[in-house]
Amino acid sequence: MSLHVDTDRTGRAPAPPRGSRHGRRGSKGRRERTGRFDLRVTPYLLISPYFLLFAVFGIFPLGFTLWVSLQKYELAGDAEFAGLDNYIKLMSDGDFWNAVVNTVGIFILSTVPQLILALLLANALNKRIRGRLFFRLGVLIPLITSVVAVAVVFTQLYGRDYGMINWVLNLVGIDNIAWQNEKWSSWLAIATMVDWRWTGYNAIIYLAAMQTIGRDLYEAASIDGATPRRQFWQITLPMLRPTIIFTVFVSTIGGLTLFAEPVLFNNGTMTGGSNGQFQTVAMYIVEQGFRRFEYGYAATVAWMLFVLILIGVLINYALVRRIGGGSR
Amino acid sequence: MTTIAQTRQRANDRANRRRDPFRATPLTKAALLFAILLSVFPIYWMIVIASRTTSQAVDTPPPLLPGGNLGENIARVFATEDAHFITGLTNSLIVTSTVTLSVVLISTLAGFAFARLRFRGRKLLLGSILLTMMVPIQQMGIVPLYQLMVNLGWTGTLQAVILPFLLNGFGVFMMTQYTEQAVPHELVEAARVDGATTMRIYWNVILPAVRPGMAVLALQVFMLNWNEFMWPLIVLTPENPTVQVSIAFLTGQHTADYALIFTGTALSVLPLLIVFIAFGRQIVGGLMEGAVKA
Repeated sequence: MSLHVDTDRTGRAPAPPRGSRHGRRGSKGRRERTGRFDLRVTPYLLISPYFLLFAVFGIFPLGFTLWVSLQKYELAGDAEFAGLDNYIKLMSDGDFWNAVVNTVGIFILSTVPQLILALLLANALNKRIRGRLFFRLGVLIPLITSVVAVAVVFTQLYGRDYGMINWVLNLVGIDNIAWQNEKWSSWLAIATMVDWRWTGYNAIIYLAAMQTIGRDLYEAASIDGATPRRQFWQITLPMLRPTIIFTVFVSTIGGLTLFAEPVLFNNGTMTGGSNGQFQTVAMYIVEQGFRRFEYGYAATVAWMLFVLILIGVLINYALVRRIGGGSR
Repeated sequence: MTTIAQTRQRANDRANRRRDPFRATPLTKAALLFAILLSVFPIYWMIVIASRTTSQAVDTPPPLLPGGNLGENIARVFATEDAHFITGLTNSLIVTSTVTLSVVLISTLAGFAFARLRFRGRKLLLGSILLTMMVPIQQMGIVPLYQLMVNLGWTGTLQAVILPFLLNGFGVFMMTQYTEQAVPHELVEAARVDGATTMRIYWNVILPAVRPGMAVLALQVFMLNWNEFMWPLIVLTPENPTVQVSIAFLTGQHTADYALIFTGTALSVLPLLIVFIAFGRQIVGGLMEGAVKA
């Protein structure tokens, strides 16, 4: 179809382009009027579907969340203005803070090893190797496995009595671990689910960025006698900084809104274990809003989740900015 | 021509190999193979258990090879009435296809406008999209979204899980970038000179040029939406679930029957696996291309 436009144009090639445009405009007044309308208004029509959706499913829910969070608003009753009561209640709500600690703990436990492993993996994938596509697809396959599937399979692998992980641990003389029962063990189990699914994805993203780094840099460095390890620290890592910031950003949002893995780790319940040892903030929102029907309070927690994400993004940004910054 | 170039290239490679920083050592290869093994094992394990009997699934030592009970297990999953598995699969296909097609359409329209048209407020509006990409609206706005669905009488219906996910800032952002790179200004100008309207340009110039980008976006949206769990779990009923909700129900109600649960899980992964096998090259390519631009 685009070809059609081209041939049309070359067909009128003898006439100077500017003149031909002028001639056309002069001869067709009606077309010019619709043309102006078209130029002025159509762009807005083109973006209107997105912004319509944005108003209904973006701005409205967020604004309404703020409003609801200021109400005492339960299932049966009407909303009743409560000011900052919900927020004050939240500050001394041990369960909420427990959820925050769990969320941040699992986030750190999963993200730090994940991004480091992804970097190493990308570095390996960046070598000249036979069957490149095979390896790239291989590390990416966890990504297409749905979160629910990952959680189901890993929960079984971590099973106390029949799980393969305990079976392997038995072989080296470690007794069966009830992974759900303790904070450390449940966090670790959930973190491995997250890592398994996302490490390959991050590696592919890093790989893409690595391939934009000029090979001559590395060649010059090796002629100067820099070891591959040194090249990794002195060239690869600093050049990758924007990409690392991007992945940290994505992982922060994903990690702090963690939901499916911990829910399915405990048969689909929102409590996160007998003492809430792995209840995340997202689970706490659902528990408050849709199990206890405290809408107002759930909305308050939702806003705090947003604040948590903001803080997380800012801290991570500050930390990652220092990568490779020492050499400047 | 190419053969000469290739031969020369090969000769060069051989000469450079000794001081080549990109040579893969045996250790690198071993590490990569190990990574692949770890990546594939849980999926393999899923198939092993899905093809075993319920009692074999909890054997010690665990079974390491697939058995012959897959067909039987699939029949059992479909026959488990309270899980509504077939409904779940069908619903997921309907929801995900609708969301994918709509998001691609909305994104190409807006991407065209942002990349190749001039209008007042363009930068501001594009900026607002970037900003909202950082907000996890579906989690944060879950209470009012639910209220909205209650008021519309849409709880338990498919539109409740379709409409909120049509809002996809990433799609618009991606198609804006793709259009900028794939469609030269001159092409749009030439069509204008020929008197084409904006919609005609969209149809005849933009769409053919951005088709590869559309495919990558479609694949990503499909995968993301197929996996959606939190919102369907809340707004749908167990009688009319998506496949992910259906599996959550299976795990909750048939806790010990791993052969059954894993078969359902494997079936839910199957559509994505097919997409991945068919379009793997494009998925990797699309991810890598997107990463460099981000």
